[in-house]
Amino acid sequence: MLAQAIRRLIFAVPTLLAIVAAAFVLMHAAPGGPFTKERQMPPEIERRLVEKYGLDLPVEQQLLNYLGDLARGDLGPSMTYKDKDVLDIIAEGAPTSAILGLSAMALALLVGGALGVMAALRQNRAQDYAVMALAIAGVCLPPLVVGPIMQLFFGVQWGLLPSQGLHRDEFGLVYLLLPVVTLALPLIAIVSRLMRASMIEALRSNAIRTARAKGLPEAQVVLRHALPIALLPIVSYAGPALAGVMAGSFVIETVFQLPGVGKQFVLAAQQRDYTLVMGVVLMYSFLIIMLNLAADLLYRVLDPRSRTA
Amino acid sequence: MAFWTSRRSLLAGAGGLTASASLAGCANGRIVGFDKARRSLDIANSSEPLSLDPHKASGSWENNILGNMFIGLTTEDGQARPVPGMAERWEVSDDGLTWTFSLRRATWSDGEACDAHDFEYAFRRILNPENLAEYASILYVIKNAQAVNAGELPPERVGVRAIDDLTLEIQVEHPAPYLPQILKHYTAYPVPKHVVEEHGDDWVHPDNIVVNGPFKLLRWWSNYIVHLDRNPSFFDNENVVLEHLYFYPANDVNAAARKVMSREAGWSTRFPSNQVAQLRTALPGFVRVAPYLTVNYFSFNLTRPPFNDVRVRQALAMAYDREFVASQIYKTGERPAYAFVAPGIADYPGTARYRWADTPVEERKREAERLLRAAGFGPNNPLRFAFSHRNTSDNPRVAVVAQNDWRSIAPWVIVELQGVETQVHYANLRAKNFEVGDGGWIADYNDAKTYLYLMETRTGPQNYPGYSNAEYDRLMHESDFVVDAAERAAMMLQAEQLMLDEAPICTSVVINSLNLVHPDLTGFEDNLEDIHRARWFGIKA
Repeated sequence: MLAQAIRRLIFAVPTLLAIVAAAFVLMHAAPGGPFTKERQMPPEIERRLVEKYGLDLPVEQQLLNYLGDLARGDLGPSMTYKDKDVLDIIAEGAPTSAILGLSAMALALLVGGALGVMAALRQNRAQDYAVMALAIAGVCLPPLVVGPIMQLFFGVQWGLLPSQGLHRDEFGLVYLLLPVVTLALPLIAIVSRLMRASMIEALRSNAIRTARAKGLPEAQVVLRHALPIALLPIVSYAGPALAGVMAGSFVIETVFQLPGVGKQFVLAAQQRDYTLVMGVVLMYSFLIIMLNLAADLLYRVLDPRSRTA
Repeated sequence: MAFWTSRRSLLAGAGGLTASASLAGCANGRIVGFDKARRSLDIANSSEPLSLDPHKASGSWENNILGNMFIGLTTEDGQARPVPGMAERWEVSDDGLTWTFSLRRATWSDGEACDAHDFEYAFRRILNPENLAEYASILYVIKNAQAVNAGELPPERVGVRAIDDLTLEIQVEHPAPYLPQILKHYTAYPVPKHVVEEHGDDWVHPDNIVVNGPFKLLRWWSNYIVHLDRNPSFFDNENVVLEHLYFYPANDVNAAARKVMSREAGWSTRFPSNQVAQLRTALPGFVRVAPYLTVNYFSFNLTRPPFNDVRVRQALAMAYDREFVASQIYKTGERPAYAFVAPGIADYPGTARYRWADTPVEERKREAERLLRAAGFGPNNPLRFAFSHRNTSDNPRVAVVAQNDWRSIAPWVIVELQGVETQVHYANLRAKNFEVGDGGWIADYNDAKTYLYLMETRTGPQNYPGYSNAEYDRLMHESDFVVDAAERAAMMLQAEQLMLDEAPICTSVVINSLNLVHPDLTGFEDNLEDIHRARWFGIKA
């Protein structure tokens, strides 16, 4: 298992390199640049800025320079923020995005998982239809719609919960309640559907028939035997999905005015902040690779069959 | 970037995570955006500052923050008029070329004296091209400023000199009665020489920064919040009422309004114009609409046909129904613009207009058709062009009206709309890579020149239409050297009229400033520049 993990990590390096190169070239191919603004700066200043960030070099050369800096652990200065480094900005945003993503995923796994199991056990009955209707609604209603509605009712109309931000520059956990729920709703929908399908399949498997034939109580059949099998697709979904939500949800962070990485990423892309975009892309790809690896390792724990491979 | 800084910031990030758990207990109450007991004000500011170094800032949203941290030689009163700031008084030589400022005794927030040497240092710093100040051009009226900024002269040659600790002399290239207007701009703020010399560009970090204004920087959490606290060593501290200011970048204008509706902000620097009626009901006393020195206009690309023909330009400028746009697209009483200089600008009669401004639009459209036919267009030679516009706020809807107006001149006028991302749009305008393109101009300072210089030949790429008229350039250049304000204004007026007659641009509307302000926040006065310093704010009991 350890050998496999190491092998995967080694393979991750060329993958990351390819992602960096592709993102770098795409980013630079977009029209405009970090220094085109409404008001023009004096030509001398523009020339020096372009020179300072090496934007006058051919793209291949810029890429090589960037990779060189990267090898030294340097993500460079932001091109739009004049006094901040990329690493500073990511470090400022990462805690919020991570807490938001982890909480939403945990909530989704708990609630979505439970709903999915319930639907599977009551297949084609009222409870099943109710859960599936909810799941469809959850997938169809984007956070862009749900977020402001939640804000309007819980925050503005009823005044029950804070609707924006994190309590100024402190870190109020209650402030994360609405955004976590908003972010979790579509995840709950997906998890419950996946869970239902895989649970139904698991309950029909030979192993479960055997377990039932042994006369095990139903609860034990479901929880001890069916659930681990049924969890497999969830695990392979949750790994990359977790990377997605942890790297920051642009919509949630914008609607709820939270200081996360996702908002920075979109803003940086709009403003052509090449270095900041690259930094976030790098972080995101790294998370995806690591969490995919974690999912695969977890797979081996849950599914005895994959261990022999 | 040194490695230690990055590691430090990573640790800080991790620290924030741990701290979050412990702080959670006390930070769960709801925010009161205008908290009279705490004397705090939460402000939905329109965008994220990209720097809090006054020499590197370039946006009005940065100005909203910086102007509370620093005070220049002059500063804004509640009406945004220039009043004595660090300078208590000043004298101008008879030829108008030498200004002598007498400074008040004041200190930076660390107790060090803030004197003429800091100003001298600041002007040299911002104009030194090595410091990459994007907005230094505002100061080009100062002697040698442009040459220094272009790297042709050393920074010591900038025409600013500390005669003694409390006397500063500024020499200008030509008489500039509007100099006090410019000196209240953030590019003219002093910087603490002793701190900048010690920390370099890191001097604006909250750990290092010292200020001479009413509030000092406590924390800046990127794209989330800027927290300022009252600076007890500010020279007029006894008259400052508020203790804490929190600025949030509210890029989403609807979210900004919601923040005020939920009472989590006491002031929003804008709101969606189309919701003004609902906001007036939901937030009685909050809505503040005021004339603003901002004009939206379309540029014709004079460097290529058919827009090198004045008849085509006049025809299109004529047929555009500004009244409709001003009253139907904008909902907050915006005014149609028949001239380039925003109405109300200081020391300027503002009587230049398109000569057909008072003709009804239907008649103008007939005249437009006649002009286009005279220019050789017609059913067999249709006029075909693309109108590129920014994809933001009301601009796409304005573009549809313009397209419709132009097409209604005659069926053979064919207009294609191209919505473009703002950043790309301006790059295209600059590169003259457009046919007709929209844009807007917010006055940098309250003087007609801030608009009219845009159409001068020497302005280069930012003269979007590529307009070049020797007489216009001569009038603008000579007006610089006229000491008498009325005479100077008359020359600029003549230039503006000349330019409007040649219609390199089609002016659209004069924009209003839109603020949501808690009615109990006193000292917030509507003004043309939309500048409101918290120093003047108070609390109605």
